Amino acid sequence: MSILVDKNTKVIVQGLTGKTGTFHTEQALGYFGTQMVAGTHPKKGGETWVGNVEGKEVGLPIYTTVAEARDATGANATVVYVPPAGAAAAIEEAIDAEIPLIVCITEGVPVLDMVRVKAKLKGSKSRLLGPNCPGVLTPEQCKIGIMPGNIFMKGSVGIVSRSGTLTYEAVFQTTNEGLGQSTAVGIGGDPVKGTEFIDVLEMFLADDETQSMIMIGEIGGSAEEDAAQFLIDEARRGRRKPMAGFIAGLTAPKGRTMGHAGAVISGGKGGAEDKIAAMEAAGIAMSRSPAKIGEVLVKALKG
Amino acid sequence: MNIHEHQAKALLKTYGASVAEGVAIFSADDAEAAAKSLPGPVYVVKSQIHAGGRGKGRFKELGADAAGGVRLAKSVAEVVANAREMLGHTLVTKQTGPSGKQVNQLYIEDGADIARELYLSVLVDRETSLVSFVASTEGGMDIEAVAEETPEKIHTIGIDPVAGVTDADVRKLCAALKLDGAAAKDGADLFPTLYKAFTEKDMSLLEINPLVVLGDGHLRVLDAKVGFDNNALFRHPDVVELRDLTEEDEKEIEASKYDLAYVALDGNIGCMVNGAGLAMATMDIIKLYGEEPANFLDVGGGATTEKVTAAFKIITADPNVKGILVNIFGGIMRCDVIAEGVIAAVKDVGLQVPLVVRLEGTKVKEGKALIEQSGLNVIAADDLDDAAQKIVKAIA
Repeated sequence: MSILVDKNTKVIVQGLTGKTGTFHTEQALGYFGTQMVAGTHPKKGGETWVGNVEGKEVGLPIYTTVAEARDATGANATVVYVPPAGAAAAIEEAIDAEIPLIVCITEGVPVLDMVRVKAKLKGSKSRLLGPNCPGVLTPEQCKIGIMPGNIFMKGSVGIVSRSGTLTYEAVFQTTNEGLGQSTAVGIGGDPVKGTEFIDVLEMFLADDETQSMIMIGEIGGSAEEDAAQFLIDEARRGRRKPMAGFIAGLTAPKGRTMGHAGAVISGGKGGAEDKIAAMEAAGIAMSRSPAKIGEVLVKALKG
Repeated sequence: MNIHEHQAKALLKTYGASVAEGVAIFSADDAEAAAKSLPGPVYVVKSQIHAGGRGKGRFKELGADAAGGVRLAKSVAEVVANAREMLGHTLVTKQTGPSGKQVNQLYIEDGADIARELYLSVLVDRETSLVSFVASTEGGMDIEAVAEETPEKIHTIGIDPVAGVTDADVRKLCAALKLDGAAAKDGADLFPTLYKAFTEKDMSLLEINPLVVLGDGHLRVLDAKVGFDNNALFRHPDVVELRDLTEEDEKEIEASKYDLAYVALDGNIGCMVNGAGLAMATMDIIKLYGEEPANFLDVGGGATTEKVTAAFKIITADPNVKGILVNIFGGIMRCDVIAEGVIAAVKDVGLQVPLVVRLEGTKVKEGKALIEQSGLNVIAADDLDDAAQKIVKAIA
């Protein structure tokens, strides 16, 4: 088992014909044959995208709409590389096509567009990851998004993070520790997003292959505090897995947005210390150094 | 992006909100004409800086007993005298930090007969993913303090994005602000107006503190603080026109030209990192090893060689920088692109301080090879821990 994606996941690419979409689709195809099945483009329907995967030419059909691509390929996931101005519309099109998993990589989507998308997601058949996220990867099975595949190793740690590059750090460190990953999930750095920590933690708790978890948060909002409370409540019901964590932004000044639209301490809320305290209270072994997350988890596993 | 109070009021006025008459001036010589164009007999002289707490703020150059950044004037002569004292001086408020901000503009406004001061803001509530009104009867005060001490006096009302501001929402807001009669009637117009302005212009914050009930029972927007979602500026060229570069750090302005996320800090180690989380974590680990970061800099996912070169130049232009740490974990960002950018930048601007480079992820072999072949005096690091220790040691 794993969560969200596995070898049966079939992926459409919205924004395949752009430079970013092309590069990362080639990478995904080269990652244990992730089933990238089609692309969409409003004006290039009927054409064929040609990519280069490890020296070989690979072609994918391009459809005008997500619904057509879904009907033709049986796809059950889509990844959005569409630029910010059109990203929300691309997500909405995928929701209308009832694609079960939508992963939006695009950074810089206006927050009010996401408020609209979030309302549309409610009661729909779709789950959205992102926007402004690195995607999701289940080792040796499926890679959606931009995570570098070479640092992964099949294993037992479920990783969830608000930050893309810190996800890679956690993956890299757990690989070096010989633990490997069940699935790594980037939920994204925007204030309004499709999937929160709690949603992913619930999936990891329910997943047999996931024997321990890493959660990486950052300043801004209270998603980490909410997740900590969720873990406390689940532990009372007897659901608990060993866990390590890290919070970025201990040195970040108040009131300044630190790159991610959601990473800002405002109104006296969202500081790193509060989050670290909440996560510690939930029994998570917190690493003060971003370079020692794997090590801290190993210690926690030894109990 | 933030704008000045007078710009915010002018914008709200175009939507039909009730604001006082006023004139913005850059020179004390214009104060008299500005005051004379207003009805009077009471005026308010308000410092225009992008920070709150102006009323309680103090001017650095004036004595401790001098009045603050927002002053009441009872004649045209008093307006002029205050303008002369305030313009060009540095206002220090709770939000400016100890260095304060120079007051380059004043807003001369017609005085109001205030019966009651209220608090009203519109923002995106990340808990509910809804545009929400925050309302309190405790206006004209530091709202964070109100939230801390009397949270029951703060009401949050989320707005359904499909329905917009409904009659029920208006009733809730009137109840939260204890409005009745003419004020409640004004509220029924004002609340949807503010929501419209907020959503049409992609604001990130619209704060009215205070919103006042006048002596005649009507509502008026007495102060207005507006910020916009930077990610949506592409569809609001009219908003971009309102940007005041004198309110921003020069290095941050330069960085924004290249679409780099940069925040100037006070330390000695310049950082260039990809990804906001890793950039913050890099700052944190520098601190963990006993030094302070000079900046936050996220080169982002789609960085080109040109962007990386620009980032490098901005870091090296900071005289406080005694060493540079480049930390890249490539996903969407390719290590070879970073390497090319660093090499090009060093060749262009030279390298006066130690440089530690840590590369990992997509195209890492190519990136490391490029750095090695460049012959530059670069300290290579294996991982983040190693990189942080090496740069701290290098500047010791």
